[in-house]
Amino acid sequence: MEARPARLSWAPVLFGVVTVVGACLLGLSVGAAGLDAGSVLRALLDLMPGVDIDSGLTAVERSILFDIRAPRVVLGGMVGAVLAVAGASYQGVFRNALADPYLLGVAAGAGLGATAAVSLSGETSLLTVFAFFGGLGAVALTYALGRTVGGRSATSLILAGVAVAAFATAIQTYVLQRNVETLREVYSWILGRLVTVGWGEVRGLAPYAIVATLVLVAGRRLLDVLSIGDEEAAALGVHVGRVRGVVVVAATLATAAAVSVSGLIGFVGIIVPHTIRLVFGWSYRVIIPLSVLFGAAFLMLADIAARTLVAPAELPIGVVTAFLGAPFFLLVLRTMRGPS
Amino acid sequence: MIVWDQVVVSYGEDFAFGPVTLEVGDGEWLGLIGPNGAGKSTLLKTAIGAVQHSGEVSLGDGTKRRGHDVAWMPQRPGLPGAMGVADYVMLGRTPHLGYLAAESRRDVDIVRRAMEELGLRELARRPLGTLSGGEAQRAVLARALAQEAPVLLLDEPTASLDLGRAVEVLDVIDDLRREQGLTVVTAAHDLTLAGRYVDRLVLLSRGSVAAEGLPREVLTRETLSAHYGADIRVIDDTYGPVVVPVRSRDARSDTAD
Repeated sequence: MEARPARLSWAPVLFGVVTVVGACLLGLSVGAAGLDAGSVLRALLDLMPGVDIDSGLTAVERSILFDIRAPRVVLGGMVGAVLAVAGASYQGVFRNALADPYLLGVAAGAGLGATAAVSLSGETSLLTVFAFFGGLGAVALTYALGRTVGGRSATSLILAGVAVAAFATAIQTYVLQRNVETLREVYSWILGRLVTVGWGEVRGLAPYAIVATLVLVAGRRLLDVLSIGDEEAAALGVHVGRVRGVVVVAATLATAAAVSVSGLIGFVGIIVPHTIRLVFGWSYRVIIPLSVLFGAAFLMLADIAARTLVAPAELPIGVVTAFLGAPFFLLVLRTMRGPS
Repeated sequence: MIVWDQVVVSYGEDFAFGPVTLEVGDGEWLGLIGPNGAGKSTLLKTAIGAVQHSGEVSLGDGTKRRGHDVAWMPQRPGLPGAMGVADYVMLGRTPHLGYLAAESRRDVDIVRRAMEELGLRELARRPLGTLSGGEAQRAVLARALAQEAPVLLLDEPTASLDLGRAVEVLDVIDDLRREQGLTVVTAAHDLTLAGRYVDRLVLLSRGSVAAEGLPREVLTRETLSAHYGADIRVIDDTYGPVVVPVRSRDARSDTAD
């Protein structure tokens, strides 16, 4: 008789790490400058302390690799990891398989906050703070609306999220209309993009991403406890309100930070956790940590697609994820309605 | 032990509960009976803080730590379909774990024992969604036992079990409370079965205690008929009172005779 609790075994973690490394190398090798994978690998090994290999890259090529491609790949990985882990956490905390930063209105709220920061103050330093409060306000409103309208039903929460997102977007459009000079910048941002100028974006996102991810990974067992319902979880000594609050704040902070650097990239929080759930099982102990890995790999790969599909032009990455995510969303909806 | 002292619950105007004062001692088994809506589940929920109430529910010595002292088996438990039985029973260990801690060897042993006691050996890996009603009910009870709380509150623990399984489960509860001095409170609809196991019965009716005493004292034709709104006869068997409802058709043929 097997009484050991669901734990993350090493095989999926290893698979995740290999996927991340592979996506990383691919992302570093693909691009207009045509650096070959071997030289990229050698240049990376050369970075390791105590290793001295000649990569055969010129100074310009090295600069392309380390100052242009690498920050973009790393940013893509971080944004993907954060969006996936936030999505998985929202799903756990709201006990709702369709919860996702995008569908809960968090991303739109954060977008509104960020637009307001750019348009009204012209200050980009306040962007994350504005985005955070916009996102938090949106998720609180979505939750309250969903509860008032339809109790605990999964669809009512999502419908409330759609309403909140539409509302936030409407205000955002209004703000933009009043500040036409920022329209172009904000519009490209709404579509979601991974544009980096050196390592600045990565450095800006890293502290939020790391702290939020650590909090969410630490709370993964409690998400399993919450899955039996608030009343029963409370009877088991869990402070349900406090746990839900901490998880929502952490996930929203991570989402807001990601949105403030990358714009609105949808569906990552649904595609990644659900695929993991299908392949590796129901437990958040497994889903949360793997979401970090596969979320990173997924967005790095999506970015490669965005960069290459219409080369030399570039697709907004949000378009790529939505293209994959919308059918996936329907698939999840179908399995939810079927026998569970 | 567990003590309800002047407990009152009000959910607006249509529902009034209390004041109820009850004391259940260490090792005692109290059965709660009463018609639907009498407040059996409400009484149990006040003890876990799931229902706003005035008055006090205490454990005798005054201290009460959520989860450690009271294990509650709800009438309609939340059963995530994909979760395995062993993982579900392991949730009972939650109060004993720090927020960030992982389960120890000892927790695994306790879970294994709880599953063995309820005959869940073969079902350890099965997802909850594939269990029959009776299997699921035993899984929920195993989770409550894994909590190792001195007070067990069970809301209809045998509702979806066949008679044989019901007796098995109630025997397990009886053994445990004798071995470990557990305080047990069960809400039940099967009056005959309840009368066979409990030390004392409390009949709740419209939110207050209508009768209290040994099964033989509470399970009487007058008391039951008055509160259940049906003609209910009680046959005195060697093992205890047997409760038999009289159908309205039976009643008519009685008068025709």
